[in-house]
Amino acid sequence: MEIPYAVYPRPDTGIYNAKVGIWLFLASEVMLFGALFSAYVLIRVGTPPGEWPHGWQNVTLGTLNTLVLALSAITTLMAWVACKVRQFGKFKFFHGCTLLLALTFLCIKGFEYDDHLTHYEIHLTAGSNAGGSIADGHFESAIYMNPETKGQVEKKSFCGMSFATVAGGVTNNYQLASVSIDGRYVNNEEQLIDLRAQKDIKETEIKIPGSEVKDMQSYGPWHNDYLALYFTMTALHALHILGGSIVIGYLWGPGRRLWKVDPEHFTNRVEVSGLFWHFVDLVWIFLFPVLYLT
Amino acid sequence: METIVHEFPPYREHETAREPESHEHHADMGFWRKYIFSSDHKIIGIQYGFTALCFMLFGFFLMLMMRWQIAHPGAPIPVVGPLLARLLGQPAANGVMSPELYNSFGAMHGTIMVFLAIVPLAFAAFGNYVVPLMIGAPDMAFPRVNMASYQAYVLGGIVMLVSFFIPGGAAQAGWTSYSPLATSIPTDGQLFWIIGMVLLITSSLLGAVNFIATIIQLRAPGMTWMRLPFFVWAQFVTAFLLLLAFPPLEAAAVMQLMDNAAHTSFFLPTGLAVGGQLAHVSGGGSPLLWQHLFWFLGHPEVYVLILPGMGIVCEIIANNTRKPIWGYKSLVYSVLVVGFLSFIVWAHHMYLTGMGTKIATFFQATTMMISIPSVIILTCLFISLWGGSIRFNTPMLFALGFLPMFGIGGLTGLPLGLAPTDIPLHDTYYVIAHFHYVVAPGTIFALFAGIYYWFPKMTGRRMNEFWGRVHFWGSLVFMNLVFMPMFAQGMQGMLRRMADGGANYSAARVPGALNTLPNDIMALHVWILWAAMALGVAQIPFIINLFWSIGHGEKVRNDNPWGATTLEWQAPTPPPHGNFAEPPQIYRGPYEYSVPGHATDFTPQNEPDRPGTPAFSPAP
Amino acid sequence: MDELKTAKPAGEPEVHGHAVDFNNYLRRCAYVFVAVLCAVSLMLVASYLPHFDWPAKVAMILVVACTNAFVVAGFLMHLISEKKMIYTLLAFTVFFFAGLIGLTVWAMQDFPAGTVTH
Repeated sequence: MEIPYAVYPRPDTGIYNAKVGIWLFLASEVMLFGALFSAYVLIRVGTPPGEWPHGWQNVTLGTLNTLVLALSAITTLMAWVACKVRQFGKFKFFHGCTLLLALTFLCIKGFEYDDHLTHYEIHLTAGSNAGGSIADGHFESAIYMNPETKGQVEKKSFCGMSFATVAGGVTNNYQLASVSIDGRYVNNEEQLIDLRAQKDIKETEIKIPGSEVKDMQSYGPWHNDYLALYFTMTALHALHILGGSIVIGYLWGPGRRLWKVDPEHFTNRVEVSGLFWHFVDLVWIFLFPVLYLT
Repeated sequence: METIVHEFPPYREHETAREPESHEHHADMGFWRKYIFSSDHKIIGIQYGFTALCFMLFGFFLMLMMRWQIAHPGAPIPVVGPLLARLLGQPAANGVMSPELYNSFGAMHGTIMVFLAIVPLAFAAFGNYVVPLMIGAPDMAFPRVNMASYQAYVLGGIVMLVSFFIPGGAAQAGWTSYSPLATSIPTDGQLFWIIGMVLLITSSLLGAVNFIATIIQLRAPGMTWMRLPFFVWAQFVTAFLLLLAFPPLEAAAVMQLMDNAAHTSFFLPTGLAVGGQLAHVSGGGSPLLWQHLFWFLGHPEVYVLILPGMGIVCEIIANNTRKPIWGYKSLVYSVLVVGFLSFIVWAHHMYLTGMGTKIATFFQATTMMISIPSVIILTCLFISLWGGSIRFNTPMLFALGFLPMFGIGGLTGLPLGLAPTDIPLHDTYYVIAHFHYVVAPGTIFALFAGIYYWFPKMTGRRMNEFWGRVHFWGSLVFMNLVFMPMFAQGMQGMLRRMADGGANYSAARVPGALNTLPNDIMALHVWILWAAMALGVAQIPFIINLFWSIGHGEKVRNDNPWGATTLEWQAPTPPPHGNFAEPPQIYRGPYEYSVPGHATDFTPQNEPDRPGTPAFSPAP
Repeated sequence: MDELKTAKPAGEPEVHGHAVDFNNYLRRCAYVFVAVLCAVSLMLVASYLPHFDWPAKVAMILVVACTNAFVVAGFLMHLISEKKMIYTLLAFTVFFFAGLIGLTVWAMQDFPAGTVTH
């Protein structure tokens, strides 16, 4: 016996099987992201006043991503409509757009992550510098010196959680001679918390001697709970974008064999994967204001 | 576009449109496609069952070694000690269980028994095999998703098993993995635990989606909701619990993974000190957040453990009393209410975390409320025995044993559900006794009953009746001997998870000190150890019986050896791929036993009304 | 059993019993996109409003986000014309979601008197 109602709806429920399945799965996803949002609420509400960051995200890029995803939701729906009216060419166009928009979203996200991970907060040894005891800005370069041979090595890119000696190619005999960042000096951490309240933050190139660096930490998830939530929630969301793209990509590519054999079944698959995609857009509709605008 | 007319039942007779390779001729598939990478719900059910029983045995052995350590702290474990030393190295040096090893065995015993043994056996194994047959469906709604869910389960199990052999050993922070302990232990065991849990949660979610969609969409014509066997209702509610309660734990597991691997502080508070030193973390997190997210799953999880068992017991009682179940509607509404309420009782596991009185009262109230439908279910099952022609075969013995055992387990949960009485009992052996009574002589008895009951449908042979009774009586007696003393130990204040069995707090160590553990309470450890070993011995006939009967058991003479009314017994033995040659038409409810005027004392659900006789049950 | 036949007539493809008109859908999608644009702009404005404290701004932004979500879910996911069974499932989900957040926040805010000072 064939499995009934795989393509055409069951009369009393009015739905075909895969649609029941995807809505059930989406209900579980609501609980998954719901738990993350509840963690956000709890951690934020429990943070002492004045310690929750504001303005740490690039709102322009976030808004752009929001519109990219909204547009992809539209193209996803239109791809399904094209299948319903049996115009496969239009389906290929619309879902091709969906895939491109998804790629755009992920690239922008990757750029944002890189921006955070190359942003450093450097604690300086006390009383050493004219500007203040914390230097904060984006990594430009670092110079390492071997105290015996006086040889120097310059690194233009650095990927690390906090400060370590040298990575890749140069041995531990080298010590940090100086690090250059594009940023500013502040006197305490409070000045770094609310960037929205500060007007005209000037950033210049600052060169810090190695001896004055007490420790340095990038703006990764380890930096504070706000960034921990930001990275975890957006990374999980991005994984869902990736997963959805793979499924849509499969239907757009090799999966289109089913179109020739059973177009209604194929249409249902497009609808069901489209529902998942819309849900992922829904999650971003809440993620964006919560992480970027508040 | 071609016109495709779909008749009701909607099994397409003229198939103009077909998915490629969807319905290959089953006999052409090789061994691998038919038995290993199968998408047939019966094969998957057996796969789940076999794997889960192996994990249950493994979890049992972990417990035996722990009980030895509790009764004889510091003494080398006999027989397996040298093997442990060779396999695990330093933590089991000289065959002695170190405290770290005890902790990891304890954490893994809980994890394995709950997530790798009971849930896969009760929900996935029995559910997969029986539910599609019981509703008259050809398979589950999504057969390949079904296969994926089994594979995710196996992968998760492998990750959990492998974790024993990594440096530092398996997870040590309990099956509850509380932060900050879970993040502070400097080994990778917790990381493996989290990854294993994510895989197991994925498996459960896929299974839950499948079950719910199948029960909603694939019921055969005439199988209305109120004609479903109670077992199907129980699985339906269980699937909902898994669907909606597991994801918050998955989110929490991801956050704990970030804490472990990326040094975030989701659950690590400001000012955390580990080993006397300030931890190098950002702080700002909340250990209580982990507890809330864990128990949001943890409580529905215990209903996942019990509901399928209740369903199995209900089927077997109806069948072996030869009369309808008393209070079918009450059972259905009760199981729905239990499922609903189970989402809002979780913080009764957290009474001692410093909650205020208002919130504690709320959770206490909902916890007391949920006992009502649970008692209704048990009462309906008890009343169903009244006036029955009881057949005391092995499945019925286990089902009957379930009733008082679950009664004890449930009643001893009441002092734990009330906040004031929970204060002295929380985290003591009383809790261990309570939940083991519900799961061990509770659910496991129901699962044994189910194995003996459905074995003939799966294999066409019966299991040996004599050794089944030996198994039953041995298990009943020794399970009670293992767990009953623990109530006393808990009420005397013996705490959980003590590697030395409480020796540090015993009267023997500090004679004359106040509030130590008395010698007679400590002496119970040795009794419990012997009872546990005897319990293990009592399982040997079962294991031998199970395998021997597959090939040599007494053959059944027809498809319905128990004379049952439900649909799985009206299918061929064993059911072929696709289950039913023709889609069955359902005419009546699930428990039409001993209907007056009928030739036999059971009326199968798909037996039509004979012309000229009054209808046995009204149309829906 | 005639009334139980689910016949699919040839010709105009059907979805939810209504004929599918491609251009109609395209137009409705354009409206939805405009609605999303408006919602995003509103949230941006609310976020940068002076003279409001953060809790008030968060409340305003969440209201707009919920409306935005409703539009996307209602129209792009067809939720507005879905079947009762899906609504029931989602109603339970929303209830448990609310319980998860609400009860957890309550639990973390309710302390025995005089035990927490911050």
